[in-house]
Amino acid sequence: MIFNRYRRGLFITSFLAAPVILYVVYVISPYIQAFYIAMTDWRGVSAMPRFIGLDNFERLLDDEKFWLAVTHNGVLLLLLPLITIVIALFFAFLLNVGGGHGGRKGIWGSKFYRVLFFFPQILAVAVVAVLFQQAFRPDASGMVNAPLMALGIKPIGFLSEPAVAFWSVLGVMIWQAVGFYVVLFSAGLASIPRDMFEAAQIDGAGRISLFIRVTLPLLWDTVQVAWIYLGILALDVFAIVWVMTDQHGGPDSSTTVMAAEIYRNAFHYSYFGYASALGVVMFFFTIGFAILALRLSRRERIEYQ
Amino acid sequence: MSDTPHISRRGFLRAAALVPAAGALAACATPAAPPAATSSSAPVATSAANPFGVAADKPLEVWIFDGGFGQDYAKNIHQPLFKTKYANVEIKHNATKEITKVLQPRFAGGNPPEVIDNSGANFIDFGALSQDGQLQDLTPLLDAPSWDDPNTKVRDTIDPSVIEIGTYDGKFSVLGYVNYIHGIWYSQKVFRDNGWQIPKTWDEFIALCETIKKSGKMAPFTYAGKFPQYLYEPLLTMAAKIGGNEVLVNIDNLEDGAWTTEAMKSAATAWAEVGAKYLMEGTTGLDHVQTQTAQNKYKVAMLPSGSWLENEQKTTTPPDFEYGMFPIPDVTGSDKMPYGTLHTQPGENFIVSAKSPHPQAGMEYLRAMLSKKAAGDFSALVRTMTVVKGATEGKDISPGVTSASKAVADAGTNAVYYRWNNWYGPLKDEAIAATGQLMSGGLTPDKYLERIQKKADEIKNDSSIKKYKR
Repeated sequence: MIFNRYRRGLFITSFLAAPVILYVVYVISPYIQAFYIAMTDWRGVSAMPRFIGLDNFERLLDDEKFWLAVTHNGVLLLLLPLITIVIALFFAFLLNVGGGHGGRKGIWGSKFYRVLFFFPQILAVAVVAVLFQQAFRPDASGMVNAPLMALGIKPIGFLSEPAVAFWSVLGVMIWQAVGFYVVLFSAGLASIPRDMFEAAQIDGAGRISLFIRVTLPLLWDTVQVAWIYLGILALDVFAIVWVMTDQHGGPDSSTTVMAAEIYRNAFHYSYFGYASALGVVMFFFTIGFAILALRLSRRERIEYQ
Repeated sequence: MSDTPHISRRGFLRAAALVPAAGALAACATPAAPPAATSSSAPVATSAANPFGVAADKPLEVWIFDGGFGQDYAKNIHQPLFKTKYANVEIKHNATKEITKVLQPRFAGGNPPEVIDNSGANFIDFGALSQDGQLQDLTPLLDAPSWDDPNTKVRDTIDPSVIEIGTYDGKFSVLGYVNYIHGIWYSQKVFRDNGWQIPKTWDEFIALCETIKKSGKMAPFTYAGKFPQYLYEPLLTMAAKIGGNEVLVNIDNLEDGAWTTEAMKSAATAWAEVGAKYLMEGTTGLDHVQTQTAQNKYKVAMLPSGSWLENEQKTTTPPDFEYGMFPIPDVTGSDKMPYGTLHTQPGENFIVSAKSPHPQAGMEYLRAMLSKKAAGDFSALVRTMTVVKGATEGKDISPGVTSASKAVADAGTNAVYYRWNNWYGPLKDEAIAATGQLMSGGLTPDKYLERIQKKADEIKNDSSIKKYKR
């Protein structure tokens, strides 16, 4: 028996060894290195960075730009999941349950819409960013501004007005995210037994109360998963901001985010040590969010028979 | 220093690859010294023909920034010329748009290539390279005989500002190859057809903007709104013209109140007025290519740019467009510098890595680049001027280059430049953001200058940032 157990352990270990080593070498060890680099004044070219203790973290406390970036991430963390989930739930409900009688049919053309909504998800983020850069152009070549100009309205500087640019970024992120969550929620809806809807309908529930009293509570698990995913997306957003906005997080830092500040300090200013310190702070923000999210989402599940 | 534990990513990865299981974490604390310099072989004797002692059979690695000038000039002009003398030196030609991403790990790993065209948006910070002793001292290059004439030193064949600007920590170590000439660019055809005159004073400039605006044919002025550094350039040049060269010297040296001088105020006020009244619609949301193309389509009359413009726009420029350039007009009537004062600045910065295997060949490559033939052919190919004196003589060059070289000749010694933007990256970003706000009316001229001054003071008072003086 003991020998068998030992062999089994060896068997499992042999399978786990490769992925664990890869993970340690390429994920864990760079993290540890980042913690070390964060305490040096490394500028990227030297083989001998100077150890400066916690100076970088002290400097970080006074870095207005970084804290502005943190605020932006914070606003995204609040709004991106909220708006995306509301829209995605609404669409998923319409596509799967909201149409006609019987409670399990989507509205007319729902199959087509399902593909359409998912489309942004299959585009690379960089493609989306460049696409919207063009769509937001403030002249007659801009897809969004051209109709406005045709109506005699002055073009809106979607990306060039500091007061507007951040909302443009949020809009694009929602546009890209919604499709995936429509699919996710559709899958969630499909796993809800049909009789629940039928029973509710027999009791005289309309579309709205069907949604609020039946669909939403039974989808709650899926919604929580979506919330965590979107929260992480909001915390580590980078490519959209970096590629799409003017001056990489501008104009005038109005759209900058933590990851953009890290990249700027590392690769534009060659402050690799300081950038690593920012990275360490971002690491703790993300870990903090993950712990919080997991705590909050502990909840009893509803088991269907 | 020597007992401080240190790591190098390359060394670490190499160690990690060799001892994946046991050594992975231990390698973190293991000092991984950069590979010893491989130039241990006996030095090659120098001679007048081979002033740096290039080894006849050792390879030479060249990295070109593949930007507005492309990379053909290196492959088809410079490298064949080098090969005429050193047929057995194998040239490893490479090009990239991302100098930092590709080459920074090579420096960190201790095996950088010999010649790097460290240019483009993602160049490696020169200060960081210099601080770390990565830049080959190019003084021997200056004192070497020129490629064309053994009796003339290289020093005497190039624009003197190259040496001043290329000096880091007291050593000439960065060779700006191209002479960038900044000014206001227009279409000579458009001005001729409409009877518009080159403005000599700022009042004439504003009057011209008014005339163009009223004509309804096109917008008077634009700039690369997404990149407001295109606009702080004429603003600073104007300030230097009003208050003298020391305005820019003080800014570079981070002197107290350097940004908030009267000259800067006048210049900021003048350009804010242009921003408020004469910009092409949508300017703030367009980039350099979009605004320059708008000019090629005759939608806007003037924009600030540099002598690379003509080459950059060669595919969209109508054949009869005829680029021309004029300097910043007189502003106050008592400007310290005369009409014609220009901002000229060597750019397209070539360096030789001190820690590369064959820096001698790197310097020799630069010497070949500074020959009249190499520089002249370069100018003809990419329509721009180099820092090599008289290299375009007798060449058939484009109207824009002709106009710019005439402006240089007219300016004589009244040339200004600034370097703070290359020295202090965060200050540059602040100035960019603030200039965008100035032009779109989000900041008054006073607030604009105060804001940049605040950033400059911050940098000045930050002891961890290396300071430069000129």
